[in-house]
Amino acid sequence: MFRARPEVRPATVEVLVEGTPVLVPEGATAAAAVLLAGLPAIRETPVTGSPRLPLCQMGVCFDCLAEIDGIPNRQACMVTVVPGMRIARQHGAREALR
Amino acid sequence: MSDFDLAVIGAGPAGMAAAVEARLQGLIVLVVDENAAPGGQVFRAAEACAPDPAVGPDIMPGLPLIAAFRGCGADYRAATTLWHLDPEEGVLSLAAAGTTETVTARRVLLATGAQERPVPIPGWTLPGVMGAGAAQILLKTAGAVPVGPTVLAGQGPLVWLLAVQLARAGVAPLVLETRTVSIAAALAKAGGGLVAGRGLLAKGLSLMAEARRRGVRVIRGVRGLRAEGANRVERVAWEGGSAPCDTLLLHEGVIPSTHVSRAIGLDHAWDADQACWRPVADDFGATSSARVAVAGDGAGIGGWQAAAAAGRLAALDAARRLGALSEDSFAREIAAPLAARRAALALRPFLDALYAPPNAVLTPPDETIACRCEEVTAGAIRRAAALGATGPNQLKAYLRCGMGPCQGRVCAPTVAALIAEVRGLAPQEVPPLRPRAPYKPVTVGMLAASAESLQQSAP
Ligand SMILES: Cc1cc2nc3c(=O)[nH]c(=O)nc-3n(C[C@H](O)[C@@H](O)[C@H](O)COP(=O)(O)OP(=O)(O)OC[C@H]3O[C@@H](n4cnc5c(N)ncnc54)[C@H](O)[C@@H]3O)c2cc1C
Ligand code: FES
Repeated sequence: MFRARPEVRPATVEVLVEGTPVLVPEGATAAAAVLLAGLPAIRETPVTGSPRLPLCQMGVCFDCLAEIDGIPNRQACMVTVVPGMRIARQHGAREALR
Repeated sequence: MSDFDLAVIGAGPAGMAAAVEARLQGLIVLVVDENAAPGGQVFRAAEACAPDPAVGPDIMPGLPLIAAFRGCGADYRAATTLWHLDPEEGVLSLAAAGTTETVTARRVLLATGAQERPVPIPGWTLPGVMGAGAAQILLKTAGAVPVGPTVLAGQGPLVWLLAVQLARAGVAPLVLETRTVSIAAALAKAGGGLVAGRGLLAKGLSLMAEARRRGVRVIRGVRGLRAEGANRVERVAWEGGSAPCDTLLLHEGVIPSTHVSRAIGLDHAWDADQACWRPVADDFGATSSARVAVAGDGAGIGGWQAAAAAGRLAALDAARRLGALSEDSFAREIAAPLAARRAALALRPFLDALYAPPNAVLTPPDETIACRCEEVTAGAIRRAAALGATGPNQLKAYLRCGMGPCQGRVCAPTVAALIAEVRGLAPQEVPPLRPRAPYKPVTVGMLAASAESLQQSAP
């Protein structure tokens, strides 16, 4: 679990994490919003169904792939929050299209 | 006619310094970076987090460079990813905000920086285990800190920096240091660097002192690290000890991100001192490709001051090659950045020796997951290597390692080291994984959106 420090970075941007409103600081990423919301996992692995949360926060590991504003397979750690953003766990395979 | 004289990929210290210098030399410059703001890893979100007392003191030194970069007149595209590069034709494919675009450049500078060395330990896929760098990114971009018992395990300068930053934010972690090399042994390899590097050394020592003063507890000589828990990490255990843990932050140093430099086929060389590959480059970053240069930690780990100096040198070389700078002026202009880089690198041999990754990190025990995407264990890779997989490219066929969404960014070093171990090869004898474009996923929707805009702009 992570928490914001409102005394230094006020949480002013409201996003929806799995449908629940969460206030996060400006400049936070969608992956940070997931951690601040306290979700136990952002996805389950396709092979064994084990829960995962983001590992690197910098676009390397792809362990943060999520559905953002209806678009699946987005690296949540590379997307900065905007008011009203919908961040949801991804259902089904997370094969990145290429 | 190309759109730009110089296209710089990455707005970290190397890319920003290159852009500023190239603009001074009159070049038309493009800078793209995936992140929302300039600064790279070290100065990530610097403008936003400078007032935060937890990270402010470490971020301040980057503000002048960021300001110079913002004002230099380069075409800076934030939140934009390079997903394909054709080095022969100088064509760059960029993705931003749901669309893609193609631009051309006479010269290309990869200033794409480093990534954390993977730290595969048993249990590292459990939620709550992440890179130390990841926690630092959360702190810099969102001011966020872990809740509950936090353990920082590993070694290297970033461990001490993050320990202090977390402690300043009121969450002093327990540090489990995995260093295996004695200070005496590292000193023996330091050469004359200690004298020239004494400024950096003093900074490191004062950081350690600040950690102690702020209540960071340190256990040294930790081996056999493992994360344990049912659906998330609950404890961290090691040989002879364990501790409750809600967030486990791992760090064994950083290595160059070679994803793009590999994909475009640049020559790479094994760096035995840093136990990683780096693109082959001359003093000015020129590579085996006639058009492409590299600078900064993506070309070999040297820290941000060395990266900034290398960026300047690569920009001067670009100006010379493009005819904007005479040989005489070039010879004059390179003196200062060459000296700056030499000074910044003075302490490197000592740091590289002191924080050499232990074997257990490079070649983890059998039960450890090595490939997180496809959930392949180190044991399975050892068995495939014994059966005849001679390199990561063949291993893909056996086990799918490197075929998941990360395209081998995380597992490649481990897979190669395991193959080398089993087959009795030196690390550089294992043929490397060759990534392919797109470097980052591009959706059909994005391609369609750009095709549509092309059509609309057609006469
Ligand atoms: C997680 C992490 C944290 C670190 N923290 C510190 C620290 O606190 N202090 C310190 O002294 N050193 C730190 N370092 C070391 C770091 O490597 C610095 O030495 C310095 O940031 C290197 O500068 P650079 O310009 O070479 O690369 P970077 O600063 O890493 O900049 C590279 C930039 O390239 C961009 N990029 C990469 N690929 C693409 C692409 N395909 N398309 C578009 N953009 C791309 C990235 O978004 C990034 O902004 C850290 C390293 C890591 C990996
Ligand atoms: S957390 Fe690693 S790619 Fe997003």
